[in-house]
Amino acid sequence: MPVENYEPVIGLEVHCELKTATKLFCGCPTTFGSDANTQVCPVCLGLPGTLPVMNKKAVEYAVKIGLALNCQIAKYSKMDRKNYYYPDLPKAYQVSQYDKPLNFGGHLDIITKDGTKRIGVTRAHLEEDAGKLIHAGGKAGRLDSSDYSLADYNRGGIPLVEIVSEPDIRSADEAYAYLTSLKSILLYIDVSDCNMEEGSLRCDANVSIRPKGTEKFGTRTEIKNMNSFKFVKQAIEYEIKRQAALLDKGERVVQESRLWDVTENKTKTMRSKEEAHDYRYFPEPDLVPIILPESYVQDIRKSLPELPSAKRARFVSQYGLSDYDGGVLTSEQELAAWFEEGAKQTKNAKAFSNWMMGDMAAKMKEQDKELKDLKFDQKKLCELVELIDAGTINSKQAKEVFAEMFDLGVSPAEVVKSRGMAQVSDPKAIEGAVDKVLAENPAVVADYKGGKQGVIGFLVGKVMQATQGKANPKLVNEILKKKLDS
Amino acid sequence: MALSEKDVQYVAKLARLEVTNEEVAKYTQQLANILQYVEQLNQLDTSNVEPLTHPLDMKNVFREDVVVPSLTQQEVLSNAPEPQSGHFKVPKIM
Amino acid sequence: MEPFQKTIHEVSADLKSKKISSVELTKNVMDHLEKVEPKVQSFITVTRDEALRQAAEADKRLASGSATVLTGIPLGIKDLLCTKGVRTTCGSKMLENFMPPYNATVVERLNAAGSIMVGKTNMDEYAMGSSTETSAYQKTKNPWNLACVPGGSSGGSAACVSADQAFASLGSDTGGSIRQPAALCGIVGLKPTYGRVSRYGLIAFASSLDQIGPFSKDVEDCAIMMGAIAGHDPKDSTSADVPVPDYVAEMKKSAKGLKIGIPKEFFPDGLNKEVSEAVKKAIEELKKLGAEIHEVSLPASPYGLAAYYVLAPSEASSNLARYDGVRYGLRVPGENIVEMYSKTRAAGFGPEVKRRIMLGTYALSSGYYDAYYLKALKVRRLIKQDYDKAFEKVDVIATPTAPNPAFRFGEKTGDPLAMYLEDVFTVSINITGMPGLSVPCGLSKSGLPIGLQLIGKPFDEATLLRTAYAYEQATDWHKQKPSLREG
Repeated sequence: MPVENYEPVIGLEVHCELKTATKLFCGCPTTFGSDANTQVCPVCLGLPGTLPVMNKKAVEYAVKIGLALNCQIAKYSKMDRKNYYYPDLPKAYQVSQYDKPLNFGGHLDIITKDGTKRIGVTRAHLEEDAGKLIHAGGKAGRLDSSDYSLADYNRGGIPLVEIVSEPDIRSADEAYAYLTSLKSILLYIDVSDCNMEEGSLRCDANVSIRPKGTEKFGTRTEIKNMNSFKFVKQAIEYEIKRQAALLDKGERVVQESRLWDVTENKTKTMRSKEEAHDYRYFPEPDLVPIILPESYVQDIRKSLPELPSAKRARFVSQYGLSDYDGGVLTSEQELAAWFEEGAKQTKNAKAFSNWMMGDMAAKMKEQDKELKDLKFDQKKLCELVELIDAGTINSKQAKEVFAEMFDLGVSPAEVVKSRGMAQVSDPKAIEGAVDKVLAENPAVVADYKGGKQGVIGFLVGKVMQATQGKANPKLVNEILKKKLDS
Repeated sequence: MALSEKDVQYVAKLARLEVTNEEVAKYTQQLANILQYVEQLNQLDTSNVEPLTHPLDMKNVFREDVVVPSLTQQEVLSNAPEPQSGHFKVPKIM
Repeated sequence: MEPFQKTIHEVSADLKSKKISSVELTKNVMDHLEKVEPKVQSFITVTRDEALRQAAEADKRLASGSATVLTGIPLGIKDLLCTKGVRTTCGSKMLENFMPPYNATVVERLNAAGSIMVGKTNMDEYAMGSSTETSAYQKTKNPWNLACVPGGSSGGSAACVSADQAFASLGSDTGGSIRQPAALCGIVGLKPTYGRVSRYGLIAFASSLDQIGPFSKDVEDCAIMMGAIAGHDPKDSTSADVPVPDYVAEMKKSAKGLKIGIPKEFFPDGLNKEVSEAVKKAIEELKKLGAEIHEVSLPASPYGLAAYYVLAPSEASSNLARYDGVRYGLRVPGENIVEMYSKTRAAGFGPEVKRRIMLGTYALSSGYYDAYYLKALKVRRLIKQDYDKAFEKVDVIATPTAPNPAFRFGEKTGDPLAMYLEDVFTVSINITGMPGLSVPCGLSKSGLPIGLQLIGKPFDEATLLRTAYAYEQATDWHKQKPSLREG
């Protein structure tokens, strides 16, 4: 069966490291990149006799995430122990949440080519992170060939929220859209740095396929070790094809965990992964339940900023932007704020947004600049928009003005003045040039009169040339037409 | 629910306890006795009873998100069986 | 009378009046400690030099007038309480050389009060036992008969107080590990209400059952110790934020009008006759002192032991998982990590610990959780409901502490279940979190102590102390001293 006849069923588990100042159960700092084992205390080292005490801010951030993802916030929530052995786990159990998570039953919406799609969020619960292992002695840093490993517990105990989606995702593209949408929300509510390279955002994908039109879930595999959204997309695409090929051959998909191999661009079995863990979950006796009053939840709800989807919808209705443009501008909170500050100062927010997404974005990428590095402000860009709308300069000239404004920070009015770029919009002046061009191009004129109306573009170009690009192209067009048609 | 030697071997593995065959036999017998004693719990009707996980009726114990000094790297590694370059060394994981 | 034979309240007065200095007192205690130690074997680690240093500090405080009643008083500390810079073994080979880089909160509090630590006392390995026979280090002898066990798991803490090697000590109680050794060694032992004393720094056995408490020569000393260690600790999420009363003042109130409940379930037909008689006589004595005696019933309490032997091992199996040879403690090398884990834990733990870890792992494992762990949690609530109901009628419940006086070494080690039955009268209040105290109430024909257990409402240690004090002052069991002979 061609792969299109299978329907992929995908669920994503995202671990989001909270940007609290301290760890979940102790006062150790959460800063990234320090020397090994310098941000560790008896509690997060799991020394005998130590006890956890819950970080208030972590609970607040976790509830923020739940609200931003439209979840229900549990009236009664508790922590549980998840028991297993691994050297990055100091207590040989992870304090997590099993059957009474803080947040459940939510959703987030993604934009697909077929419109908006709602992806369910099963739960978003609080748990502690494990330490970090460096695998050494074998093939550079790879677990499966190492002789020994080195453990660093700086990361151990950092608060995580695990966000589990319903298996509503149906393609690698949708998965990518879900992740970008989720990351955007998390950045907006300022609970995490969401930096996949630093590990403050991690993603595992559960992938299975089934023949289109059937209901029964296929066997799923879990894909780990993808440290960018791009890799998640590639890995899912690969895995779908791999599973389809297996099923076509009449073979079965093995339920297992697989790694994404970035050098070979394949998913591979995680060799010698143990039999399904028996985590022996039971309620954490060293911690007491979390019972959040309604007023607490409401206060957090009130403190949430306008979220990306709401902001996008508002940009569309308030500033007349397209859905797509709204999406681009609200993808990052700072960008949206920058836009809005400018939109307030102009009558043509749409044009303003076009400049942002076009020339400004291109030059920022080319020169590796961020918003804070810009040499101009929204006022100057609004000025440019106004000059164009007033007909003072044409779009070609505008590009030059923009470039100078971007590179040097000069105001557009200054540039136009100093370069004498004011567009010629005086009909009398243009008529002169038009007459000259018509006289010099009788063959083209004949073509036009003979029915080839398209050649007017050539004539417009000639007039622009004759006026050093300063003529108002719209007027040139009108005058040419008038003269040709008469 | 009679406890078998296979159960004991499984449980020893879960608990990362190396056990000899003699030990398995001995523990199976002893654990089976204890579990037999524990069976008496089924004499009590608990169908409408909520579990009591904490003897005290406590809730919402939190601390402020304020940094407190950590141990030094030396203190962290002070009891380490095999410290190496600031880390805890462990043998092959795979 | 030698200084080391006195009580805290007696010798504290001597220190205050400068009859003796802390350094002199500590030398006196340590010399006696070392003299009898070969017979009793209470200590895994003796800290003579550090004790004398602390004594010198105490003398400074005594001179400056900033002393408390515990300043300059030598005490024993059970070897599962973390003491910074002093090895803490938990009675196990697993932690033979473990040096905690921090102090348990109770140790900090005693340090702040200016007391002195003479050493770390012997215990059943990881607090699992009722005779101190499972210690990986040595067997502690009962000072009343060196051929008998001191009880457990806090056998060393009990024996050292009974043998005057320390004025008082700290132990821990998860299923009876303070009260039973106190009864068997003829001293006072108190298990506080769960949450009354911070567990931070107490090496965990069963988190929802463990409590730290004092052993002392009399009830007043117990009240003094409780005053020093009780109170909220922000480092322990299960520590209750309840004010600490003046236990010594409360203790001195009369027992007149106290309502004492006698639960028939704790006086089964087969109960040891000597124990039964001694306890009944004590109850009579309390009646003479003006207390009202009532019959109560705790029908679910006989199931406490079964529930305990699901809950405690389950929590223990998780609490002891961290002993894996990676970060501290014993490491036995292996070809790979799983081998290292398995060999380390096989070598580091004794059979009783292994039994309980496996039992607990089994009870929590997939398919058995509901039948065992969840069931036990429900029975727990039933037992608590029984006690709550009884406490509507009475202020204190009186029972025997242990089903028998001290038994001989090896007598109960053949059958784990036989040993577990030692806890039958003590476990139900660990499960429910209520406080319990054991006070000496008699001697068997062979001269072995018998203890009376008093059980109280949550956070009502004051009433327990009051009842025990009234009884104690009307009798002289607390003045009897052991022979330190073998019989």
